[in-house]
Amino acid sequence: MDYKRSPFRKLMFSVALPICIVIIWEILSRKGLFSPQVLPAPSQVLIRWIDYLIPHDPYTGDKSTFLAWLFSGELVQDTLASGYRVIGGFVIAVVFGLTLGLLMGFSNFIYDFFNPIIQLLRPIPPIAYIPLAILWFGLGNPPAFFLISLGAFFPILMNTIAGVRQVDPLLIRAARNLGASDITLFRRIILPAATPNILVGLRVGIGVAFIVVIVAEMIAVNNGLGYRILEAREFLWSDKIIAGMISIGLLGLAIDTCMSKINNHLLRWHSGNN
Amino acid sequence: MYESKALCSSCPELVIENIYKVFKSGQGEIFALERINLSINKGEFVAILGPSGCGKTTLLNTIAGFSPPSSGRVLVNGVEVTSPGPDQGMVFQEYALFPWMSVEKNISFGLEIKKLARSEIKNRVDVLLEKLQLLDFRRRFPKDLSGGMKQRVAIARVLALDSPIMLMDEPFGALDALTRRTMQDELLRIWLEFKKTIIFVTHGIQESIYLADRIVVMTYRPGTIKQVVPVTLPRPRDESSTQFIEIQKYLSKLVMEEQMRFRNSEAETI
Repeated sequence: MDYKRSPFRKLMFSVALPICIVIIWEILSRKGLFSPQVLPAPSQVLIRWIDYLIPHDPYTGDKSTFLAWLFSGELVQDTLASGYRVIGGFVIAVVFGLTLGLLMGFSNFIYDFFNPIIQLLRPIPPIAYIPLAILWFGLGNPPAFFLISLGAFFPILMNTIAGVRQVDPLLIRAARNLGASDITLFRRIILPAATPNILVGLRVGIGVAFIVVIVAEMIAVNNGLGYRILEAREFLWSDKIIAGMISIGLLGLAIDTCMSKINNHLLRWHSGNN
Repeated sequence: MYESKALCSSCPELVIENIYKVFKSGQGEIFALERINLSINKGEFVAILGPSGCGKTTLLNTIAGFSPPSSGRVLVNGVEVTSPGPDQGMVFQEYALFPWMSVEKNISFGLEIKKLARSEIKNRVDVLLEKLQLLDFRRRFPKDLSGGMKQRVAIARVLALDSPIMLMDEPFGALDALTRRTMQDELLRIWLEFKKTIIFVTHGIQESIYLADRIVVMTYRPGTIKQVVPVTLPRPRDESSTQFIEIQKYLSKLVMEEQMRFRNSEAETI
C-alpha cells in the first residue's frame, strides 16, 4: 500500500490513532467532563509519570554516579523488580516446558503418560493457585516465580509438542536417506523444524508471564509495577494508576519487540520472512 | 561389503528379488507389489512407468530401505538393503530440502554426518555448486529458489555423498514444461559424468523414452512388472523421429490398458 513507501509515513500512520485519542481525552478532561478522580487528564498522568520516574531525593553530585541516582527512582526500581520476576519465572517455564514438550512430541509413549494430567491442570488459571502458592512458598519472590512459571509453562509446552509433531515426515525421510542418526535427526532436523512453533509458544508464554506478574505482585510483595498500582488505589491516585498501567504497556511492548527481533533472526529461512 | 563387491564384479549392481508388498487397510489387504524381479547393471538408467497407484513409488521406497518388503529382498552389490542410507540416494518430487539450511548447508549435510574433514567437505561442495550452476546461490535459503533450482540442490545433495545409486521419485513432476526439459538434459549430463545408476519413477511416457535405457512398465494393483521395454536410440534423442514415436505409441497402449483398470476400480469403489 501507498503509505508503506516511506518508513516515516508508516510511523506517522501508526501513531495517528493514539495521538488523536490523547488529544480528545485531554480536551474533554479540561472541559470538566470527567472528575479527575475517575479519569485524570493525560497531561496530569504525564506529570505523575515523570514524578514516578524521577527519584525523590534531588541529585547531589557527590557519592554516587548520575546513572545510579537515575536508577534509584521508584518507577525504575519497580520495573526492575517486575522484570526480574517475569524473567525468573519465564526461564523456569522454558526449562520445563521445552524439555517436556520435546520429549512428548518425540515419543508417543511419553505423550500418553503425561497428557491426561497436563490436560487436567492446563485449564486451571494460575490465579487460582494464589492461596496455595502463599501456603507453599510464603511471601516475597518465590510464590511469584511459581505463579509466573506456571502461567508461561503451558503455552510453551503445548506449542513445543505441536511443533515437534508437525515436522514434515518427508524431511525426516530425506535426513534418514542422507545417513542421519537419531541424535542428528533430533538436533538438526526436528529441533529447527519445530522452531517456528516453539517461538510462538515463547511469545505467548512471556505475555502470560506479564499478566501473572501483575496479579502476583498485588498479593505477596511490596514493590513492582503491580504492587504500585494497588498502592495507588488505596490513595485514590487515579493518575498514578494510569501511569503504572502505561509503564506496564511500555515494558510489554519492549519485550515483545525484542522477541520479535529474535524471532525474525531465527526464522530468516522461513517463507513468512524476507 | 567390500568382499562381496570383489566376489561379484560382473554381477548386476542392484538386484530386486521376488518382492511382495502387502498393505493392511480397513477393508482388507492391498497387494501393492507382487513378484517383482529386476536386475539393474551399474551405470544403467532405468525408468519405472505406470499410472498412479500402480506401486511405483512403493517399489522405490522399498529399494531405498524406507519400507521393508513383505517378502523378497533388495540387494545392492550382493548386500541386502535393510534400512535407508546414503548408498541409495533419493531425490523427491517435493525436493525435501531443509528450509533452515542454506544451499551449501543442504549439500554438505550428508558429508557432515559422515564426519569428513572440513576442507574436504568444502571442496566437494564447491565442485558440485559449480557443476550444477548453483555458485551464485550458495548462501540462499530454499524459499528463495525456483523449482528447478531446488531440484538441482536436491540432486547435488545426493551426488555429494557419492552414492552409487540415485533413486528419483517423479523428480520433475512439479516443474513447468521448459524447466523440465532443461533438467532432463542436465540429468543426462550428470548421469554420464558421474556414472550413476539411476532409477527414475515417472508417469511421463515421453520423459521415460527421452531419458532411460530401459523402461519398466508396471500394472495397476497388484503392482507387477507388465513389460520391460529397452530403448536403444542414440542420445540426444529426437522426440519427432519415427522410432521415438513408435516406442511412444507402443508404451501408450501398455500404460492406457493399466489406466483403464485403474479407472474401472475407482468406479467400483464409488
